[in-house]
Amino acid sequence: MSGLHELLLLCVVLTNFWLLGTTRLSSAIRATALQGALLASLPIALHPGWSLHILGLAGGTFLVKAVILPTFLRWAIREAAVRREIEPLIGFSASLTLGAVAVALSFAIAAHIPLPESNSALLIPVALSTVIVGLLVLTTRNKALTQVVGYLVLENGIYVFGLSQAERVPFLVEVGVLLDIFVGIFIMGIVVFHINRAFDSLDSTRLTELKD
Amino acid sequence: MGLLLLVLVPALAAAVAYLVPPVRVRLGILVGTAALHTTAVVGLWGGQAAPELDGWLAIDSLGLLVLSLVSVLFLVIAVYAVGFLRTQPPRGGRVFVSGLLGFLAAATLVAVSHHLALMWVGMETTTLALAPLVYHRHDRRSLEAVWKYLLLSSVGIALALLGTFFLAAAQSTGRPLVLEDLVGGSGSLQPALLRTAFVFLLVGYGTKMGLAPLHTWKPDTYGEAPPLVGGLMAGGLTSCAFLGVARITEVSMAANQAAFVQPLLLAFGVASLVVAAAFMIGQSDLKRLLAYSSVEHMGLLVLGLGLGGIGPYGTVLHLVNNSLTKGVVFLAVGNVVLLTGSASAGAARGILRRLPVSGIVLLLGLFAVTGSPPFGLFLSEFTILNAAIAEGHPWVALIVVVLLAVIFVGMAAMILEVLYGPSDAAAPSTRESLLLVGGPVMLLLAVLGLGLYIPAHLQRVLVEAARGLGAPVP
Repeated sequence: MSGLHELLLLCVVLTNFWLLGTTRLSSAIRATALQGALLASLPIALHPGWSLHILGLAGGTFLVKAVILPTFLRWAIREAAVRREIEPLIGFSASLTLGAVAVALSFAIAAHIPLPESNSALLIPVALSTVIVGLLVLTTRNKALTQVVGYLVLENGIYVFGLSQAERVPFLVEVGVLLDIFVGIFIMGIVVFHINRAFDSLDSTRLTELKD
Repeated sequence: MGLLLLVLVPALAAAVAYLVPPVRVRLGILVGTAALHTTAVVGLWGGQAAPELDGWLAIDSLGLLVLSLVSVLFLVIAVYAVGFLRTQPPRGGRVFVSGLLGFLAAATLVAVSHHLALMWVGMETTTLALAPLVYHRHDRRSLEAVWKYLLLSSVGIALALLGTFFLAAAQSTGRPLVLEDLVGGSGSLQPALLRTAFVFLLVGYGTKMGLAPLHTWKPDTYGEAPPLVGGLMAGGLTSCAFLGVARITEVSMAANQAAFVQPLLLAFGVASLVVAAAFMIGQSDLKRLLAYSSVEHMGLLVLGLGLGGIGPYGTVLHLVNNSLTKGVVFLAVGNVVLLTGSASAGAARGILRRLPVSGIVLLLGLFAVTGSPPFGLFLSEFTILNAAIAEGHPWVALIVVVLLAVIFVGMAAMILEVLYGPSDAAAPSTRESLLLVGGPVMLLLAVLGLGLYIPAHLQRVLVEAARGLGAPVP
């Protein structure tokens, strides 16, 4: 099974680039849904043996990250009637380039991280680059909803990193983490919905009333 | 079972409070749960509670301190909330009470968790539980505030999760991520991974504490949230976040990483004081002023940790004083806001005449929060300054003294204007409800008492907590 998880991890990187390059919000959400499904299959590929812990983790991740959250986000854009991320702070080709830099950087950093037992050489670089891409989307996109997607991708990166410690982090805690992220994004989605109603826009740059 | 129940009972109460319709019952559940919680926590001071769930839940001196502070502050705020919801439109009364109780459950989980990933779960839940309360007024400004609060806190907390996983990777012996085994097996922790974990956890939980330059959500959130929620955040939520920073400091100190962690803590501490002083001068909103005051005190907390020597003792003492004082000033300001409908210095004037009790509490609270004698904060700030000189950082001591003076001037200028400034109309003085002034007065007396005398029982717990954070054994 050693080839399978490398393939899955490479696909995670590809979904990151898909996310960075797309101009349509619905497409960005589809990218995160696919990423969620990939993440759900990763624990099974990495830890073969069908333990209840791994199956539960995979099932829970699939349910939350590939089904419920994308459906919820799709509902939010339908309600808000937004389609495009029109004015990102930096252009799409520039963010793709930055994404490539992030991947290179992650491999360089990962080479210096002395992990005791690593399941896959790709795991840490992919985790770090996904974290960086999440932060990139969070900071360079103006639409509040795209920022929520960025947060989700950031959490996905941390999840991949956490897989290197899957045997050491108990199932109960993983469920708690997943539940917190789910509720967090749910509340953010509700807030986005209210922002859209109050400002007639999903543009978080319009949120500038509070300052010193 | 005791510790688990301490988490589960408030969580259950939050659910019940959401489901039962009558407001009276809901408020009864709120105050009843708070009182029960405080009673149980007082019981913990008597004897040692055994660890539960394979050591995931346990109580040590530092956890007991944070738990007690949260519990006492919550009880005061629960009683205040009864008076507050009586005058405010009941909108969100249901979400409001459930959010408060949900916070109590999550904060308790943070305080009693000795499993650092479980602690993370509690920490994220505290953030989420208070989010609907920030949005209490349902207007554009509070919407902006809740958005910034959620996004920045969540990203910060996410980085803390990454740090937690790094810590798990650094550990090779013992139960994973259980505090006792991390400290006990600190010799076998992989140093590079531990340092990476420390940086991520400091930045992550530091965002939640509101350390500069990660504090940007704080003035907006405190400025828009109802003052009682602001008080719960500044006194309770930040204490929980500090506990997160303190735990990783504890592990790092045990692993002989003092030379790496102390300069970082010092830098965040000084930066927070500088930012607080800079933004307090010329501030025109009382609640934003208090937010910067919170940035200042969070800075002092990590400064004490970073100094070593008696610094950590000053920090844990400051933790107690800060938490109680924040309850005093936020609730007093809350009464000003309830009367005038605004927290800006332009609208609220002549408060000392119009609200005699709250006015005096705010006046004394001003002296308490700026660390004037004889209040408790004087003692703890003095201890931290002492540590700076004793540990060979005279420049840090000098900078801190200057900044504290600037902060005193900035706060006094504004609060005195609100208290003594001429109010336009001949507004009559108002009779104040005991529900709204009783709590702040009691907290004020406690802060005053701690400045004069520290009970032996408390002293023992403070010394024990400081020892884990790098203070030399006395």
